Amino acid sequence: MARRHLETACLLGPALVVLALLFVVPLGRLFSLAFTDPAGPFATFGVLADSAVYRQVMWNTFVVAVMVTALCVLLAWPVAYVLSRLEGVWFGLALYGVLFPFWISVLVRTFSWMLLLERNGPINRLLMATGITEAPLALLFNNVGVLVGMIHVLLPYMILPLYGAMVRIDRRLLLASDGLGAGLIDTFRRIYLPLCLPGLAGGATFVFLLSLGFFITPALLGGSNAITLSMLIASFVNDRLAWSLAAAGSLALLAIVLVLMALTARLLPIERGLFAR
Amino acid sequence: MTPIQSGQSLRLAGVSKTYGGFRALEPTDLDVKAGEFLTLLGPSGSGKTTLLNLTAGYVEPTAGEIRIGARDVTHMPARHRNIGMVFQNYALFPHMSVGENVAYGLSVRRLPKPEIARRVGEILALMRLDGFADRPVQQLSGGQQQRVALARALVIEPDVLLMDEPLGALDKQLRRSVQLELRRLHQKLGRTTIYVTHDQEEALVLSDRIAVMDGGRIQQLGTVDDLYDRPLNAFVAGFIGESNLLPVRVLSTSGGQASVDVEAFRRTIAVDAAPGTATGEPARLLIRPEHIELGLGGDGVAAEIVEVIYLGELTQLTLRLDGGETLAARQITDRTLRAGARVHVSWKPGHARAVPHSPSKPTKTEKADA
Repeated sequence: MARRHLETACLLGPALVVLALLFVVPLGRLFSLAFTDPAGPFATFGVLADSAVYRQVMWNTFVVAVMVTALCVLLAWPVAYVLSRLEGVWFGLALYGVLFPFWISVLVRTFSWMLLLERNGPINRLLMATGITEAPLALLFNNVGVLVGMIHVLLPYMILPLYGAMVRIDRRLLLASDGLGAGLIDTFRRIYLPLCLPGLAGGATFVFLLSLGFFITPALLGGSNAITLSMLIASFVNDRLAWSLAAAGSLALLAIVLVLMALTARLLPIERGLFAR
Repeated sequence: MTPIQSGQSLRLAGVSKTYGGFRALEPTDLDVKAGEFLTLLGPSGSGKTTLLNLTAGYVEPTAGEIRIGARDVTHMPARHRNIGMVFQNYALFPHMSVGENVAYGLSVRRLPKPEIARRVGEILALMRLDGFADRPVQQLSGGQQQRVALARALVIEPDVLLMDEPLGALDKQLRRSVQLELRRLHQKLGRTTIYVTHDQEEALVLSDRIAVMDGGRIQQLGTVDDLYDRPLNAFVAGFIGESNLLPVRVLSTSGGQASVDVEAFRRTIAVDAAPGTATGEPARLLIRPEHIELGLGGDGVAAEIVEVIYLGELTQLTLRLDGGETLAARQITDRTLRAGARVHVSWKPGHARAVPHSPSKPTKTEKADA
């Protein structure tokens, strides 16, 4: 047994040391900065709570994250379903279609969206040429641009866990439900959906958390009209050199996320679907 | 408990199923009486599961008509057919408790809650599952899961109960006791049942009638006695019970009798013949091992005992004919029978039967055509 423990320690050691030195320690240091304001240990939180701008940005960040998550669920559901029913070459093609965007840097993809969405870009020209709009739509430097860009980047994180849950569902369960007299709606609501729930919750958690902390895409596509929390924290550090405020903002974000995750886990009967075999 | 009304009759007329160019089920007629227990017995790929799925409504027939009682259900989806299906892997809903699984069929019928609770309680008691209602199905043993699956199918009072190899996942000892329990249950409830299996012993224990299937068609439908004593072809003869099947040349037939040339015996004999035995067509001579009689002289066929296995009250013998063919024989144990002894093989009139060689599997020729 001792030998096994030694092996385990040796195998995990390098990664643990790197994580501890480069992630845990700096994180602890950053959070400790939140309590170092000359005006008192909790003064930074007071500043944030009193600031209408901060509250507005916080709210906007959550709204964007919730919308991105909801739209990702709606878009990912049919894709994941089709993926779970495909076989052979078609499955391979479809899976590569989902994974392909991962091969291109987020920065490149975001700049591409800037070109597509700009005032005189192809999308606006198409809309005007077909007579759907008279004047070009404002697709960039607002929440529309942020949503488009973020959904594009985050969609695979929703599709893959959802596919994982769907592909594990035994088709005979659906046949059994059918044979017992359940209509399509009952079968979906009482059998299929509960069994997809672990994948759905997993994917939604990924997407929601990544959306909250997203920086490049909202910064480039949203600009100063659609400020998110990550952009605000960056501006505390870069523009105002207010490290303690940045730390307090990060800490507040983390606390809120943890509370939300705990509530979700409590509300959804995820663990029952987890036994699906 | 309140008496559950009996099931409905089931009628299939000219039902067939083709997938692409592959004939999974040849045009088939089948009549099942209300309250009957009918088993579809056959090797895998024989079409028995296709026939079951067609009856359940999970598969649409290529041609033909299906009736449950007076209702034409040919194109009716499964959910409107009022059937109870037990799957081989049980297909219990993994995210529900035992009680929720059993209540499902009633709850999607929007029955009042008190009635659901009453009927679920009754069926759980009948299946000896009292006190299991709140257990997650994942925690049950295979035998218990099987009973839950049966309870879930029975609680909706199905017109026809369908079972697809429901004992396949159980170990041998358990299978035996569940067979007896199924039999008891069927006698008590009298529900029309179609049961699919490849295990002939299971079929013999449970069924009123058995349909032996092969190559996408019913080879013979009948009681156990029909199948064992009067098989229609060599496939049925070989599939039900043990048998010696020797190639023969049919010289002539008349009125259920045939004159056949048995090469292994080097003689021509007159025997009972199955309908369909025809001059010039390939045929087999069937003699069951327990019908072979051994004597030390007489006009029997000469053979040598090459193997003797004592099974207690019975003895299993292997005999080699002078032509080299072997026969299996089963005798009441007689310690004077030794390997190496020369004996004469005979049988009572009526214990040897000429049967047509089974039709070559149509699925193969169909495939070649496609």
